[in-house]
Amino acid sequence: MATTAEHFQAHTDDHGGHDADHKPAFFARWFMSTNHKDIGTLYLIFAIMAGIIGGFISGIMRMELAAPGIQYLGYWVELMGGEAAFDANLHMWNVLITAHGLIMVFFMVMPAMIGGFGNWFVPLMIGAPDMAFPRMNNISFWLTVAGFSSLMFSTFVPGGTGIGAGTGWTVYAPLSTTGSTGPAVDFAIFSLHLAGAASIMGAINFITTIFNMRAPGMTLHKMPLFVWSVLVTAFLLLLALPVLAAAITMLLTDRNFGTTFFDPAGGGDPVLYQHLFWFFGHPEVYIMILPGFGMISQIVATFSRKPVFGYLGMAYAMVAIGVVGFVVWAHHMYTTGLDVNTKMYFTAATMVIAVPTGVKIFSWIATMWGGSVEFKSPLVWSMGFIFLFTVGGVTGVVLANGGVDDVLHDTYYVVAHFHYVLSMGAVFSLFAGFYYWFPKMSGKMHSEFLAHLHFWGFFIGVNVIFFPQHFLGMDGMPRRIPDYPDAYAYFNNISSIGYMIMAASMLIFFVNLAYAFLAGKKAGDNPWGEGATTLEWTLSSPPPYHQFETLPVIEDHHDYHDHRPATGPATA
Amino acid sequence: MTTLPVTKNLRVGALALLMALAMLALGFAAVPLYQMFCQVTGFGGTTQRATLSDAVLAERMAQSAGAPMISVRFDGTTAGDIPWTFKPDQVTQDLQLGERKMAFFTATNDSSVPITGTATFNVEPEQTGRYFNKIQCFCFTEQTLAPGQTVHMPVLYYVDPAIMQDDNARNVEQITLSYTFHKAKQPES
Repeated sequence: MATTAEHFQAHTDDHGGHDADHKPAFFARWFMSTNHKDIGTLYLIFAIMAGIIGGFISGIMRMELAAPGIQYLGYWVELMGGEAAFDANLHMWNVLITAHGLIMVFFMVMPAMIGGFGNWFVPLMIGAPDMAFPRMNNISFWLTVAGFSSLMFSTFVPGGTGIGAGTGWTVYAPLSTTGSTGPAVDFAIFSLHLAGAASIMGAINFITTIFNMRAPGMTLHKMPLFVWSVLVTAFLLLLALPVLAAAITMLLTDRNFGTTFFDPAGGGDPVLYQHLFWFFGHPEVYIMILPGFGMISQIVATFSRKPVFGYLGMAYAMVAIGVVGFVVWAHHMYTTGLDVNTKMYFTAATMVIAVPTGVKIFSWIATMWGGSVEFKSPLVWSMGFIFLFTVGGVTGVVLANGGVDDVLHDTYYVVAHFHYVLSMGAVFSLFAGFYYWFPKMSGKMHSEFLAHLHFWGFFIGVNVIFFPQHFLGMDGMPRRIPDYPDAYAYFNNISSIGYMIMAASMLIFFVNLAYAFLAGKKAGDNPWGEGATTLEWTLSSPPPYHQFETLPVIEDHHDYHDHRPATGPATA
Repeated sequence: MTTLPVTKNLRVGALALLMALAMLALGFAAVPLYQMFCQVTGFGGTTQRATLSDAVLAERMAQSAGAPMISVRFDGTTAGDIPWTFKPDQVTQDLQLGERKMAFFTATNDSSVPITGTATFNVEPEQTGRYFNKIQCFCFTEQTLAPGQTVHMPVLYYVDPAIMQDDNARNVEQITLSYTFHKAKQPES
């Protein structure tokens, strides 16, 4: 490419030894880090570790569900130091679903999307030297680690019927208050407080960075779509997480200090907790997917060698999804006795979200249409995302209907729906982003063959896991219960086989990582060719420790789809 | 040149923090707001409180309009934390819309210590909550029973004839009024 790192690093170094690539020693660099790229790396490593634990838990669950009856739960109870009894076994199941949900939402998807890729690439894409508040960035990361530790600790202390917090990720009262004595649920709630505080600080950091630190000439309407997606996500975090914090603080005082916010005996109402939780919880699902939308937009445009179709529509579709996402929360609560008019409103409002989402799906396809499409691994993962997210969106429209949901509420149909949009939507976009940016972050090329193999294994695996769960749900199999009648055995067995395929494909992922670090080819500044037009590709791979000491200037004739400065010899 | 962007960042950061704090405050404000919302709209089967003069007015209007009859079923239960026996004295009552009726419940303290209880209540179907008016009810105050003591507790109520104008509620033929006695906790305020 015409422009290289040297172009932006061209600074007169009068302060001896203070060059751009001077890195602190190991402990100071990784434990006291204020560098957005190092913190991004820490977040990604953390998310991968949490993902391994959360994925291992889903393996335990699929193993138990592979056949009717309760086979293995007693073993896990005894492994954790408890005594296997019927109630303790079922409590262990509740602990597993709770841990799987909380880990995957708060400690895998969010840290990877926002903390990992957001930290790494928002400053690079807008031409900023770092985040606005680098020290706060460090606090955010270590609070997330502390939150995860608190959640892990909760599984070793009593939680009522057995050890660990068995409340579901929703922590509904009264199960989480009078139904779970012992400190486990307090630790789980504390874990959410810590992770929530970390995310709120991260959101403040992103908003300030994106509003104040864009390179000269980069207007909001020239920002890459990934930056737009993180901006919208940051606002959702800022407005939704404090409501969760309020709700779980009230849970904590109900549990420990005799208040009755959610206890009818003192004039409270448990349904209020559900309203507060879902006022947070619904925006939360968009928090998990919007950065993925942003990544998919970058990747599809890169490998189609075309600017993304309908840039402004794409940006404002995300804004619209974010705004409408705040007024649909009660579709999670159709069976709590809402009257028919309320249900009608929430049904209609929920379906409205399909419109901006449809705009995005259409625009991704329109970007590829007529493009010079190159099926590199990031694009293959992105196409997998587009297809599977659409499947999850269709079942979402089904569930949006208040009347239909009365039947499907809390069945495996719901489980299948949200795993199609999350464990396939969010996770496919994470892998797409990972393969897209891995050469940039590490300076090494991964194996494209292994990345494709990983894709096909994962694609087949997750579909075999979750597609049959639609049928189980339609047949009425309830969620959150470890046993089932023989009638559900066939599809449950298939689903568990799917897990093994998926797990095998994850081994390929780790082999690929090892290959890249041990034997991977050196990655150039821009391994993806002329379709990759955002600023991170103008830097070396990996980028220098401090970048953009001379800010890049985005000139007027540059569009949102090409941020590369025209000062090099061959571009313009 | 170097201090200016920092103060600008602090201003935007502080504004963002204020937004987060405002949402935190709103989260707590939801508690009284939700309570008011339920009382005003009868959401979740919350019954209404009426004065005697309201009741007289409703009765007069209903009688002149020849209001239809409705049935009320009674239900009384106790939460697990209170050793009382608590039952309605009658299973159902039939009354004209707008007509005042008194129903009785009987509670016995089965333990050997005095216990203070408080009753929570709602009606089913939930959309009839805004038309179910109580003029007097044992549930308005806490009840203290001596060991072994039995009391009969009255509730004076009527069903607002305005229910006939509500598309969602006018076909209801029977309303269930349910009470649950809990051990009294320290009230919130």
